[in-house]
Amino acid sequence: MARTLFDKIWDGHVVEQNADGTCLLYIDRHLVHEVTSPQAFEGLRVAGRAVRRPDATLAVPDHNVPTSDRRKGIADETSRIQVETLERNCAEFGIPLFGMHDVRQGIVHVIGPEQGFTLPGMTIVCGDSHTSTHGAFGALAFGIGTSEVEHVLATQTLVQTRPRTMRISVDGELGFGVTAKDVILAIIGQIGTAGGTGHVVEYAGSVVRSLSMEGRMTICNMSIEAGARAGLIAPDETTFAYVRGRPMAPKAGAFEQALAYWRTLPSDPGASYDREVALRAADIEPQVTWGTSPQDVAPISGRVPDPVAAPSQDRRMAMERALAYMGLEPGTPLQEIRVDRVFIGSCTNGRIEDLRAVAKVVAGRKVAGTVEAMIVPGSGLVKEQAEAEGLDRIFKAAGFDWREPGCSMCLGMNPDQLRPYERCASTSNRNFEGRQGKLGRTHLLSPAMAAAAAVTGRLTDVRTLV
Amino acid sequence: MQPFTTLTGIAAPLPLINVDTDKIIPAHWLKTIKRTGLGAGLFEALRFDGDGRERPDFVLNREPYRRAVILIAGDNFGCGSSREHAPWALLDFGIRCVIAPSFADIFHNNCYKNGILPITLPQDQVDLLMKEAETAADPTFTVDLEAQLIHRPTGNAPLPFRVDPANRAKLLQGLDEIGTTLAKVAAIDAFEARQRAAQPWLYRAA
Repeated sequence: MARTLFDKIWDGHVVEQNADGTCLLYIDRHLVHEVTSPQAFEGLRVAGRAVRRPDATLAVPDHNVPTSDRRKGIADETSRIQVETLERNCAEFGIPLFGMHDVRQGIVHVIGPEQGFTLPGMTIVCGDSHTSTHGAFGALAFGIGTSEVEHVLATQTLVQTRPRTMRISVDGELGFGVTAKDVILAIIGQIGTAGGTGHVVEYAGSVVRSLSMEGRMTICNMSIEAGARAGLIAPDETTFAYVRGRPMAPKAGAFEQALAYWRTLPSDPGASYDREVALRAADIEPQVTWGTSPQDVAPISGRVPDPVAAPSQDRRMAMERALAYMGLEPGTPLQEIRVDRVFIGSCTNGRIEDLRAVAKVVAGRKVAGTVEAMIVPGSGLVKEQAEAEGLDRIFKAAGFDWREPGCSMCLGMNPDQLRPYERCASTSNRNFEGRQGKLGRTHLLSPAMAAAAAVTGRLTDVRTLV
Repeated sequence: MQPFTTLTGIAAPLPLINVDTDKIIPAHWLKTIKRTGLGAGLFEALRFDGDGRERPDFVLNREPYRRAVILIAGDNFGCGSSREHAPWALLDFGIRCVIAPSFADIFHNNCYKNGILPITLPQDQVDLLMKEAETAADPTFTVDLEAQLIHRPTGNAPLPFRVDPANRAKLLQGLDEIGTTLAKVAAIDAFEARQRAAQPWLYRAA
């Protein structure tokens, strides 16, 4: 029977099928960060349990780390304790750790792929919903809670119910100035923030095939914003070229052996999915969110929508609440919305290609005088590469703040936060109320669009600038 | 984990859709290294104003809902991050059951790990219970997981619900899932031996 990419990975990792319909699923790789792991390690200690496979586990502090001068350490005591707790736990349980001063430190979903820790065909988990990012490699990767983190540490398995499958195809050719971020925002706008609930999404079609690994990671990253725990993209030559030579990727003969297996992974012709969705690339414009859910999205040429036109009472109330929170009036052209801050970074858009896209827009321009703009690379190695390419000089000359790597203002667990009522053009993944700081207002968009907003001081169609 | 068999108490109506985990417990509460004490941050921005004073109009600040053990909410409850701090905060506040038309997957899983019962019901039934929780003189409900029934304050016929058998058993018994899995260590060993032979590169990295 024709099988999907998902079927092949799932079937290949079932340790045991339980009578109640659940499976015991083997987990190949486990990423750990400081926020969702302390209670799991404490649970192991209390029960006297060990970590089954430290060699399949990799830890990094990312959510709490400061993005300015790190020589001073972490000023906030609770943040410092959490990072130190991770260091102590890793030492006690023998888990490899990239500490805050290691050049390989960065956002957990940036460093996994960067190191070759993430490989096609694997099952990968992390106590973080954006673990879906790693699906870009044709790996089944999903976020878990802390109890499940403890379960994986102790057993290298999880008890799971087989999800349904959905294929989202994007065919055609993306227009000028339209990027992977616009594609995934358009998808979420179409299927809604719960559209993928209970499903694993496979992204397919000519647009997806033509994307770089960075673009594919941006798309899979935001699967969770459509409700899907995991997104997948079939591994191909682009994938293999990215993986080859990475520090933790298999070498020489082992790589060839792995490659032969990876080539068997893509969905078989005729494989069927529980649900199919199709988008035409030609219909996708640069996107920007106007509300407090990632599904509250519109093309940059559009206007703030009117709740009166909402399809249901619940939806109308949610839109009214969102517009009140965002301080926006229905009918306002999106391009007239002024911003105070610009944040470029996160596990969605903190990779080298994202930074290059920003540099292309801002080279020779200045950040608007009314705007505070920061760029936070996704990892120390991304930062190093950007500096080797001279991107940092372009950013600094334009007036951007060039920072140290981490999650930063995507969720503001470190000092990088919006002040109340500040409006931010952000390349991150969530525009929830209070996400980037109490009463802060977030507009999600692509790196190129964020760069355009930085130089004009308002939401701007980047196509008018390049 | 405390078993869940039957639960009797006040149900609070929260008629919002897409209640995300940032709304349930904002990120600054996630710096804790403990599971307890998060009830103080539950729905922080909805419950408290900028100066930390209770917002009198928010449901959990009103009698009798301050003592709620059940929450009735809109579609897609618990969307967003994987933070188990969200169910920990509910539990610490005293809420052990959430009723909604749908839940986000990770939040749904996390509830079961903490003895919280998430009940999915059709929209019209959630609307009905929401109205009863809002208008009943004493909005006390009883959730019976054994019988899979919700007994209502109006005395009207109890509403049936369904929970998948694996999760139901887990809650009823308050099982230690890790202990159960560790009892299958021979099967895990055998899987690893097979995988190591077929895909040796998986055992060389890291």
